[in-house]
Amino acid sequence: MATLADLKISEVKLSEEHVGKWGMVIDQDMCTGCQACVAACAMENNLSFVGEEDSGYGRSMHWIRIERFWEGEYPEVKMTPNQPMMCQQCGSAPCEPVCPAFATVHSQAEQLNLQVYNRCVGTRYCANNCPYQVRSFNWRDYERPEPLPNQLNPDVTVRRRGVMEKCTFCIQRIHKAQDKAKSEGREVADGEFTTACAQACPASAITFGRVDDPDSLVSQLARVHGHGVKHLEELGTLPNVTYFKGG
Amino acid sequence: MAEYNKKAENDHTKAELHNHGEEYFREKHLMLDPLPRGQMNEMVMESMHTTSWKFWAVFAVLSAIVAYGLVYTWAKMIVEGLGIAGVNRPAYWGVFLVNTVFWIGISHAGTFISAILRVFKAEFRRPFTRAAELMTTFGLVQAGFSIFMHLGRVWLFYWLMPYPNERMLWPNMHSPLTWDLLAITTYLLSSTMYLFLPLIPDLAMARDRSTGWRKTFYKTLALGFRGTEGEWTHLRNAMNIFAFAIIPVMFSVHTIVSWDFAAATRPGWNSTIFGPYFVVGALHSGMGAVIMVLAVVRGTMKNMKYFIRPEHFEAIGKLMLIISMTWAYFFFNDYMVQWYGGDKWTHQLLHFHEAGPLGWMWFAMLIFNVAIPWAVLWNRRWRSTPWIAFIVGLLINVGMWFERYIIIPVSLSINRMPFTWRLYEPGVEIPLGIGTLAFFILLYMAASRLIPLVPVWEVQEGQMAHALKKYGRETVVTVSELE
Repeated sequence: MATLADLKISEVKLSEEHVGKWGMVIDQDMCTGCQACVAACAMENNLSFVGEEDSGYGRSMHWIRIERFWEGEYPEVKMTPNQPMMCQQCGSAPCEPVCPAFATVHSQAEQLNLQVYNRCVGTRYCANNCPYQVRSFNWRDYERPEPLPNQLNPDVTVRRRGVMEKCTFCIQRIHKAQDKAKSEGREVADGEFTTACAQACPASAITFGRVDDPDSLVSQLARVHGHGVKHLEELGTLPNVTYFKGG
Repeated sequence: MAEYNKKAENDHTKAELHNHGEEYFREKHLMLDPLPRGQMNEMVMESMHTTSWKFWAVFAVLSAIVAYGLVYTWAKMIVEGLGIAGVNRPAYWGVFLVNTVFWIGISHAGTFISAILRVFKAEFRRPFTRAAELMTTFGLVQAGFSIFMHLGRVWLFYWLMPYPNERMLWPNMHSPLTWDLLAITTYLLSSTMYLFLPLIPDLAMARDRSTGWRKTFYKTLALGFRGTEGEWTHLRNAMNIFAFAIIPVMFSVHTIVSWDFAAATRPGWNSTIFGPYFVVGALHSGMGAVIMVLAVVRGTMKNMKYFIRPEHFEAIGKLMLIISMTWAYFFFNDYMVQWYGGDKWTHQLLHFHEAGPLGWMWFAMLIFNVAIPWAVLWNRRWRSTPWIAFIVGLLINVGMWFERYIIIPVSLSINRMPFTWRLYEPGVEIPLGIGTLAFFILLYMAASRLIPLVPVWEVQEGQMAHALKKYGRETVVTVSELE
C-alpha cells in the first residue's frame, strides 16, 4: 500500500520556491511615464506602426505599455504611479498549453516564453488566456514606408499579418551576450547588457538581470525594497517581473 | 389535402377522449393514416421535382448573398488581414466564434432528434429525421467556415491537423482547440455517414422513378440497393450502431466546445458547469431550428402537409419546453455559484453583463430563451400551430445567439487588466455571418430538391406497425414491434 512518503511530497516544488532565470524589477515610484521604453522597444523589436485609427480601437502594437490609473472623482483626482506592463515571462504561463500549433512554447534554457512567429496560425487563444493582456496581434500588414525599413533590426524577425507577438525580454540581446561570453570563455556578467526598455529608461525604473543570481542587481534591488509585488500571482502563473511602489 | 389538415388542426385540441371514430385517428396521426406505397413514393418524388419561380428567386438572392458575404468578403479578409473585422484587444474572439458555437449548436438537434428518438423508438420522429439530420451536416459546414474565418493565417489551417510531416511537428494535444478540431471532424464525418445510411433505400426508390441525370445521380448514390433481406439486415445493423455511437459523439462535441472557454483562466469562463450547460444550450437552439425548418418545409413544399402535421409540432414543442427549463436550470446554477464565489473580477463581469452597454442583450436572452417558450409552449393549441412554433423557434435562436455573444465578446471586454478594457464592435463579421446563414439555407434548398426530404421507407415501416382495431364500438390503436 502506498504511504505518504511514497508520494514524495517533499519533491513537489511549491510555487513560492520557483526561481526563474531572467527577470525584471520595476520601480513604479521612479517611472515618469515618459514612454521612452515603449519607443525603444518598438525600434529594437521591429514593431509595426499601427496608426491612429487602429490604435484607438485597441489594436496598438506595443510589447510594453505604460498603464495610467487615477483614483477618485473629478476634481479630486489622484494619479496613482505609472505601471509599465509587458509580458511577465511566467514560469507557468497560461498562454502556452492553449496554443494548438505549439507556436507559444517555454524555453527551458532561458526560462522564457517564446513566440514562434512562423508556426503561428492566429487562433489568438494565447492572447485570450493571458491574464496580463500583453499580447499583440498583427491585424493587418501595416505599412512601413521608406526610409523606415532602413531602421529595422536585423536580429529580429519582421512579422506579417495574422500572427501573434509579444515581449521576448529582448532575447536577441540575451543570445548576443551569451555568444560573446562563450567565445571569451566566461559567464555573462551582470549588467553586461540589458533590454531595450531598461536601457532607454531615463529614470532607471526598469532593471533587468538574473533573478537566480543572489548578487545580481535585480536580486539586490528586490532585497532592498523588500515589498515587491508580482501581478496576479494568485493565479499561479509564476511571473518573473517584480513591481515596487509607495516606498 | 389542405382542408384535410385544417380539420385535423381544429380537431386536435378537442378534449373528447372517448368514442373517436377511425376518421379521427387517421386525421390526427400520420402513422394511422396509411396511403398506398406507390402513391406515397409519388408524393415524395413530386415534392422534389416541384419548383416555383419563388423558389428560384429566393435561390438567386441567397446565391448573391453567399457570393458577396462569404466568397468576396472572406477573400478580402484573407488578403487584407483580420483588421477589417471587429476583433481587437481584449476581445480577441468575436462573432466568428459566436457563429461557430451557434452553428455547432444548430447541428446538435439533428442528431438529438434522429439518433435519440430512434434509439428510444419515438414514433413521431419518422417523417422528419432526415430534415433534422441535414441540419447537422449543413450546420457543421457553416461552423467549419466560421472557425476558419477566425484564423489569422487560414491558409495554414492544416497545421492544426495531426498529419505526418518531415519536420515531426504535431499539434499541441494540451490545447482545447486541438480537441475541438478533432471532435468536430469526427462529428462531421459520422453525422454525414449517419445521414447517408437511412437515405440509401430512399435513393433506390428515387432511382427507380427517375430518368435522365437524376437517374445517374440516384443510381450512383444508392450503391446498387435492391431491398433484399440481406441488404436490409446490414443496413439496420449499421444504422443501429451509428444511432447509439453518435450520441456520445454529440455530447462530446459541444462539451469540448465549452472547454475552449471553461479551460481558460478568465473570469466568467472558468466554470465547471459549462459542459452540460453548452450541450443543453445547443439542443435549445437546435430544436428551435428544427421546428423552424419543419414549418417552412410544411408551408412551402408540395405534399408535405400530409407528412408533417400538427402532432409533430406538438411533440417537438413539448421537447422544447423541457429543454428550455433545463437550460434555465443550468443558467441559474452557473450564475448563482459564480455570484456567491465572491471573486471581484467575476462580480465586475456579472454586473457588466446586466448593467453594461449590452445589458439589453442579457435581458433579451432570458426573455427569448425562457420567458417566451414557457409562456407559449405550455399550451397545446399554440405549440401545435406551425407559425407560432416558428416564431418561438426563431426567438430561441436569437436568444441563444445572444447568449454566445455575451459569453464571448462581452465577457472578453472585461478582464483582470482594467487598462485594456474596451468594447467590441463587429465589422465584416456581419456580412460573413449572414453569408454562412444564406449558405446554410441554400444548401438546404438544394438538398430538398435533390434528395427525398422525407424518409419514405421509415414512414411506411411505421404505418405497417400501426393499426386501428375495433372492439365493439371502440376504435383502438395497436402497435406491433417490427424491428
